[in-house]
Amino acid sequence: MIWNEKFECMSPQELRDVQGQRLKELVSYVRYNCGVYKDRLASIGISASDIKTIDDIAKLPFTTKLDMRDNYPYGLFSADQKDVLEIHVSSGTTGNPTLVGYTRDDIKLWSEVMARTLCCAGAEPGDTIQIAYGYGLFTGGLGFHYGAIEMGLRVIPTSSGQTGRQLKIMQDFQPKIIACTPSYILFMAEEAKQMGIDPAKGNWKIGIFGAEPWTEPMRSEIEQSWNMLATDVYGLSEIIGPGVAQECTHKNGLHIFSDVFYPEIIDPETGLPAEEGCDGELVITTLTKQAIPLIRYRTRDIVSINYDKCACGRTSPRISKIKGRTDDMIIVRGINVFPSQIEHVLLGIEGTQPHYQIVVDRREHGLDYVEVMVEVDDKIFSDEVKKLEQLQQRIKKEIESVLSIGVKVHLVEPKTIERSMGKSKRVIDKRFL
Amino acid sequence: MKITQISVFLENRKGRLYDLCRLLGDNGINIRALNVAETESFGVLRIVVDKSELAIKTLKDNGFVANLTDVIAVEIADEPGGLANVLKVLSEENVNVEYMYGFVEKSSDKALMVFRFEDSQKGTEVLKKCDIKIATAEEIEGL
Repeated sequence: MIWNEKFECMSPQELRDVQGQRLKELVSYVRYNCGVYKDRLASIGISASDIKTIDDIAKLPFTTKLDMRDNYPYGLFSADQKDVLEIHVSSGTTGNPTLVGYTRDDIKLWSEVMARTLCCAGAEPGDTIQIAYGYGLFTGGLGFHYGAIEMGLRVIPTSSGQTGRQLKIMQDFQPKIIACTPSYILFMAEEAKQMGIDPAKGNWKIGIFGAEPWTEPMRSEIEQSWNMLATDVYGLSEIIGPGVAQECTHKNGLHIFSDVFYPEIIDPETGLPAEEGCDGELVITTLTKQAIPLIRYRTRDIVSINYDKCACGRTSPRISKIKGRTDDMIIVRGINVFPSQIEHVLLGIEGTQPHYQIVVDRREHGLDYVEVMVEVDDKIFSDEVKKLEQLQQRIKKEIESVLSIGVKVHLVEPKTIERSMGKSKRVIDKRFL
Repeated sequence: MKITQISVFLENRKGRLYDLCRLLGDNGINIRALNVAETESFGVLRIVVDKSELAIKTLKDNGFVANLTDVIAVEIADEPGGLANVLKVLSEENVNVEYMYGFVEKSSDKALMVFRFEDSQKGTEVLKKCDIKIATAEEIEGL
């Protein structure tokens, strides 16, 4: 079923009118309520009256993750904090984390787009969903929760982890839908098999997987081992969390809910629109958010976009799977990792050199893991293994506290980390992406 | 009466120990005593050689992380209970041994062992007090 036919199947012209009107209101709203946007728009002389159609969006400045960091915590908020009912915090590149917030209407919007997401994947009211995304500061768990309640699913909020328990719950309550990261569902399949459970023997219908990059071979593996339809969901906390775009059962691109999250594909170098159908950076404007609306937010994700009407009947454009990043961010088990965070930790530990390398790999049928190689030099070297192990442990602990994921640290000999053009190659991603 | 040990960082990588020994051999440096401490991902090689200065320079010039550590070489009666007698004294005086290993050669009928104490000063004093012979650098070089 289609949750909101009016908006999801709107004719292209009607959609453009809605988007144009909403953009005009947004510009007026942020100019009045957000100091940062007020100054920015004033400096280029733009006010709501300059917005006639959605195409006028090109007159507006971009917003970046750096803006979120620099204006931490509340600088980019347009709503009064007393009207903010929920906040989520995720790690930033270095220093300040990224803070997002939701007013009551924002929570309604999140519930609405997540209801659309679930329906888009094929959920029907009355189905049972196991939500194995983390509940907490990570937006995955709660986003799915709100949408599932909104559309009338029976929710089992298992959150992530405790795999044995997840499997027991699956057997006892036979959910039709599961939502988690793609690497976690593969990991659970392996665990199930080891416990003598056949994961395909369930009541499964749909899996909704996201928060990390995954491939078509992974999709086939998930579909075969669980006997379910595996779909891709896209979102980011800065925009709302999960619920920005979702594949329908035709699995031919992710429908982006463009009446509320207006997408543009730009050339990341020039900032100009990419040629239609070509790859470029996805830029999103939150047309109706209240707490922290963002204008032309640079997601750094590389995608292409398709405006053709889909066989499912939705007219909302479809973005491709994420094809890459314009920065060096990597996503591991749903957590954003910036090499600069690790550099920051090493610089803070006396004697360590910022010569490091991050190796990300995925165990066969399993979870992603991170290894950090750190070069040892004369200053930190000791004849006592104990001291080197203490150092290794300290680096591990500090990186883990910054990244919120477990890592393995290896001390390596100097100059063994491959350097390209004098600069170390920071990230080796072996996850066959 | 300390002697010089060279400590070298070694990654757990195939052929790494060979590289190091080859390098010392090609430069005419002879290893007198050797010990490797290993962990899951790296090892620390400790050696006493006949030409410490040349050895450390050669290693560093070839990209190894290495440093000089003062250790103590102790003569121990080469008979049952010989080492136990020395350790008894150390234990009674609360001297902690970080690590220890044996020499290949002997200067007399006694065995030679390298000791690295947590508190090197205290360890030396205790050994002297108990008339346990500490080998001099000259004796080691003369092996």
